[in-house]
Amino acid sequence: MGKAISLNSQNLPTVLLDLIFKLKIKDVMSKDVVTGTKQESLRTIQQRMKLRGITGVPIVDGPRLIGIISIDDILNAFDQGHIDDPAEDHMTRNIIVLEDDMPLSFAISYFNKHGFGRFPVLDKKRCLVGIITNRDINTSLLIEVNRIVEQLEGEREHTQVTLEGEHSKQFPVKKHDFEHAGKASTEIKKFLKERQIHPTLIRRIAVASYEMEMNLVVHSDGGRLLFTMNGERIEISAVDQGPGIPDVDKALEVGFSTANEWIRSLGFGAGMGLPNIKRVSDEFSIASDKGTTVRSVIFLGDE
Amino acid sequence: MNENDFTKQLGYTLIGEGDGGGITAAYTSDLLSDVMGNAPGDSVLITIQAHKNTVAVADLTGVKAIILCNDRSPDQGMIDAAKEAGIGLYVSSDDQFTVSCAVGKLLAS
Repeated sequence: MGKAISLNSQNLPTVLLDLIFKLKIKDVMSKDVVTGTKQESLRTIQQRMKLRGITGVPIVDGPRLIGIISIDDILNAFDQGHIDDPAEDHMTRNIIVLEDDMPLSFAISYFNKHGFGRFPVLDKKRCLVGIITNRDINTSLLIEVNRIVEQLEGEREHTQVTLEGEHSKQFPVKKHDFEHAGKASTEIKKFLKERQIHPTLIRRIAVASYEMEMNLVVHSDGGRLLFTMNGERIEISAVDQGPGIPDVDKALEVGFSTANEWIRSLGFGAGMGLPNIKRVSDEFSIASDKGTTVRSVIFLGDE
Repeated sequence: MNENDFTKQLGYTLIGEGDGGGITAAYTSDLLSDVMGNAPGDSVLITIQAHKNTVAVADLTGVKAIILCNDRSPDQGMIDAAKEAGIGLYVSSDDQFTVSCAVGKLLAS
């Protein structure tokens, strides 16, 4: 049996603390509960424990939990010679249980408070629906943390410099994330400023990248903003996986927009985005099917 | 024209000071794509868009200060973003036209 993690928030990483309050006991518990009945002998239950590699068996009467037999009860039965008695004669009746809708934090504090290796889990109707051990908690937390790490790695901004001196950056952009909107464009502007690119050119590139970034925020289901600088050639593209533009020609008309009221109230959706990008670009292309790719090329030699 | 003219000469409320420097132009618009495409650099933006995205646009276009009209009060996100970008933030109870005229006079003098 593993030791329960402590709920002391000072020692616990925030990510774990968040998970402990976010996850419910039903997300973590084992649903495949090995049970016994009150008439079964302790020997039968001991054999079941051995077979399934477990150290506690809830005793049920139909869907109701009426007791629990732990490995300690089995050891006592061998010791005192009543291993062939029915379970109901020796089971622990005073059982501490958890409810499936409780946050995982409840289970952890129960493990810390009581010395038990497992807690049966009941649903709202008081029926046995699962069992939870420290091992279930540790495994679930590891799986969740691993999932978060994988997600973060997928969302990370990428910066690459190839041997030929090509710089490339990739920024993930989320749907309706007005909180971080413009961040990618600000990064790109900073990068160009550090390389002493002419302010007029920076402005043109910023227009293209900002409008593409906002299009991803406002219209797409989320996507990526890509930036590459290869010598004098700057290319910015916005790539998304949907939902696609039904009429690309219409979308290129000044003043045409499909943005809704609340997005317009923020000052977006004026129908100027794509025309603005086209105006500042030396090369411009747009392709839309299920997803949309907008590409703008600006040459640095222009100013 | 300097940023402190907005408070001293025009009586607007200072929310957060910018990095300073000369302001040589002004642009009035509530459409951020229009600001993005057309606002001149080293300018003051006169608008009612009191949110964080206005700061992002100002930062990208080289706008040095923002005057929010009609007493629109900025949320904390906008105040923090303006501070980080070094962009001045002011509030006036006047509408965009009145503020534009007043700023125009200052620029001309």
